[in-house]
Amino acid sequence: MKFPSYTTTKQKLWHYFYLFFCGFVLFFLVAPLVVVIPLSLTNSPYLQFIPEMKLFSFDTWSFNFDGYGTRWYRELFGMCDTVTQATTVCTNRWMIGIKNSAVIAVFATLFASILGTLAALGLSNRHMPFNRAIMALMISPMIVPLIITASGLFFFFAKVNLVATITGLVIAHTILGIPFVVITVTASLSGFDNNLMRAASNLGGSPLRNFFKIQAPLIAPGVISGALFAFITSFDEVVIVLFVGGPDQYTLPRQMWSGIRNEISPTILAAATILVLFSILLLSTLEMLRRRSERIRGVRPG
Amino acid sequence: MSDTSTINSKGQLLTNDGVPLKESLRKSLRRTKIRSFLLILAPLLFISILFVNPIVQLLSRSIDDTLINQVFPETFAQYEVWEDKSLLPSEEMFAAVIIDIRNTHKLPDGKGKQLLGKSGTRMNYEYSGWRSLLKKTVKEAIKVDKKSKEEVKPFTWEAPFKDKMVKKDKRWGKVETWQSLGAMKDPYTMGYYLNAVDLRYDANKNIIEKKEYLQIYKTIWMRTLKVSLMVTIFCLILAYPVSYLLATLPMRTSNLLMICVLMPFWTSLLVRIVAWMIMLQQHGVVNDTLLTILPCFEGMVNLPFFGETNIDLCFGEEDRLPMMYNFTGTIIVMTQILLPFMILPIYSVMKGIPPSYMKAAQNLGATPIMAFIRVYMPQSVPGIGAGCILVFIVAIGYYITPELVGGKDGQMIGNFVAREMQRTLNWGLGAAIGSILLVAVLILYWAYDRLIGLDNLKMG
Repeated sequence: MKFPSYTTTKQKLWHYFYLFFCGFVLFFLVAPLVVVIPLSLTNSPYLQFIPEMKLFSFDTWSFNFDGYGTRWYRELFGMCDTVTQATTVCTNRWMIGIKNSAVIAVFATLFASILGTLAALGLSNRHMPFNRAIMALMISPMIVPLIITASGLFFFFAKVNLVATITGLVIAHTILGIPFVVITVTASLSGFDNNLMRAASNLGGSPLRNFFKIQAPLIAPGVISGALFAFITSFDEVVIVLFVGGPDQYTLPRQMWSGIRNEISPTILAAATILVLFSILLLSTLEMLRRRSERIRGVRPG
Repeated sequence: MSDTSTINSKGQLLTNDGVPLKESLRKSLRRTKIRSFLLILAPLLFISILFVNPIVQLLSRSIDDTLINQVFPETFAQYEVWEDKSLLPSEEMFAAVIIDIRNTHKLPDGKGKQLLGKSGTRMNYEYSGWRSLLKKTVKEAIKVDKKSKEEVKPFTWEAPFKDKMVKKDKRWGKVETWQSLGAMKDPYTMGYYLNAVDLRYDANKNIIEKKEYLQIYKTIWMRTLKVSLMVTIFCLILAYPVSYLLATLPMRTSNLLMICVLMPFWTSLLVRIVAWMIMLQQHGVVNDTLLTILPCFEGMVNLPFFGETNIDLCFGEEDRLPMMYNFTGTIIVMTQILLPFMILPIYSVMKGIPPSYMKAAQNLGATPIMAFIRVYMPQSVPGIGAGCILVFIVAIGYYITPELVGGKDGQMIGNFVAREMQRTLNWGLGAAIGSILLVAVLILYWAYDRLIGLDNLKMG
C-alpha cells in the first residue's frame, strides 16, 4: 500500500482498520456460500464438520479423501441403488422438483418478459396519463409481502379452481416476475434516443418494423436481464408454492424447505451447491450482457 | 393552396395538408397516447385481475361479518331491544335463537349445517365455548317428534325456551355469553382489527383492552419493528464503508469485489439459510472456530489486590453460543440476506460523487474526516435513504427466514399471518393482520416513490 509522504501513523492505522472491516463484510457475505461446497462432497449424514473430514493431516503430512464422495449428489439425482448406507429416505422427489421448477420458471419467465416489456414500452411515453401510478402498480408485486400475495392468491385460486395446478403456479410466478422486467427494460429505455425512431419513420419504416429493427435490439439486454431475474425469482420461490401448490406438487425450493424443516439431510447441500454454481453462471451472463449493452451504446467502461 | 400559404385566415400555422399545426400535433400526440395505452392494457389487466383483485378480496375478509348476520337475523334484532345488558335477556331473545337455528337448518343440500358450523367457529373467536354451546343447542332444537302423525312433524322443544336452554347448558344462563353477541351484530366488523392489536369489543361495542394473558400481537408487532430496524441499521453500518470502497477503487478491482456482493444476491434464499445453519448451529463452523482459536486459560493466579484467584478464561464446550433458532439467528441471517439491497443503492449514488470535491475541501483546509463528514456524506444521503427504505420494506414482511431460523423468539408478524391462514384458519384475523402490514409497506413504498423515484430502482 502506497501512502503519500504526509500521512500520519494514525491515518495509516485507520486505513488498515477500514480495509479490514470491508474485508470482514465481504467475507460475511460470501463465507456461508463457500462452506456449503465442501460439506456437500462428504459421505457423512451430518450437516457439520467432523474430524473424519479433515482433508490434510499435519501428523502424517498427507491428504485424506476418505470422508469425501458424491453420495449426496447421487441421492439428489435419484440414483438410489448405489447408496450403500441407507440413513435417509431416498426419493426421486428432488428430480421431480427440479423438473417442475424448470417448467414453471420457463413459462413464467416467458410471460413475465412479454407482459413486462409491453408495460415498460407503454410507460416510456411521458404523455401517458397516470404514468407514475401505473408504474407503481406494476412494480408492487415486488413490494407487497409475499405472504399476503400468497394468501390472496390462495383464496382467489380456490374460487376459480386453480389451486394445485401448474397453471396457477405459472400465473403466480408471472406476477412476481413482471416488476423485474419492467424495471430493467425501463432502465434500458431511459438511455434510448427517441430521435432514432423518428428518423426511421422519416425514412419510411412502418412502426412495427421500426420497433423490431431499431428499438428491440437496443432494449434486448434489458429484457434478457429482466428475464433472468424473473427466472431466478420463480426458481427460488417457496411461499406461494406452499400456499397454492398441491400436496404432490414438488418444486425444488419446496423440497429444500421440507428438507430443512423435517428430514434434514445433506442432499440439500448438494442441491445448494448446484444452485450456487448456477447463480455464478447467471451472474456472468448478466455481466456479459451489461458489457455488450455498454458497447452498443458507445459507453466505455471506465 | 396548401403549398403556398402556411398561415390561414385565423393566423394559425398550417401543415402541408392544410390542417392547423396545433391540431395536427395534438392528433399525433393522441395517437401515441392510444398506442401506449394499448401496450399497457394487457399487463395492466393481468396485474389488476390476478394480483390486485385477489388482495382486495383477501382484505375484505378482514371486515366481513355477513355470514353470522345471515344466520342469526332474529337474534340480533332482539339484541337491539335488549335494554339492561347486565341482566339476562327476555324469553323473546331465547326464542329468536331457536327460530334462527331452525330456519338456517332448513336450508337445502346440507348448506344449513355448514353455515351453523361456520357460525360456531366465528362466535368462538368472540367468546370461547360458543362452538360447543351452539352445537349442543342445534342438536336439541331440531329434534322432531317422530311419533307424530302430522305431515310436518312438530319439534320436541316447545316455547318457552328460556328455562329449557339454561337447563340444557348453564352457559345460556350466563350474561357474558349473550353480551358477546354485541360484537357480531353488524355485517361489517372492526373486530378482527381490534384483535390484531390485542383489543376487543365489550357488550356495548366499546373498545377495551384484552385480558393480559390473551395479549400476543402487541409483542409480535413490536418485535417485527425491532427486527426490521435492527437489520436496517446493521445493514447500513456494514454497507456504507464497503460501498465507499467499491466506489473509490479502480474499476477492475471493484468489479471483482462486486462479485462478492452480487453472488449472495443471486443465490437462492433457501441455500443461504441452509448455509447459515451450518455456520451458526451449536456444532457449527462459527462455534468450532471460536473453540479452536480462542485462548484457553484456567487456573489459580496470584493477583495484586485480589490475592489468589481462580481464573477461568476458557471458551469450552459448554460455552458454545446459541446463535440459531432464536432472535440472534434471525438478525444475523436477515442482515446477510438484505445487505446487497443496501450496498447497491448506496454504491450507485456514491459512484456519481466526483472525488475532486473531497480534494477541494481538503485543499481549503478541512481535515480528511471533516471533509468526509461535511462534503461527502451529505451527497450520499439519497443512497442511504433508498437503501434503508428498501431494506426496511423487505424486512418487515419477512416470512421464510424467521420461520426456519427464528425459533420461538424470532417469529415475526408474517409468520402469524401464515399461522392464521394455514393452521388456526381464522382467516378474518389473518387478513386483518395482513392488511395492517400491507398498509405499512405501501406507505413506505409511496415514500420511496416520492423521495427517490421508482425509475431509480436498480438491480445488479
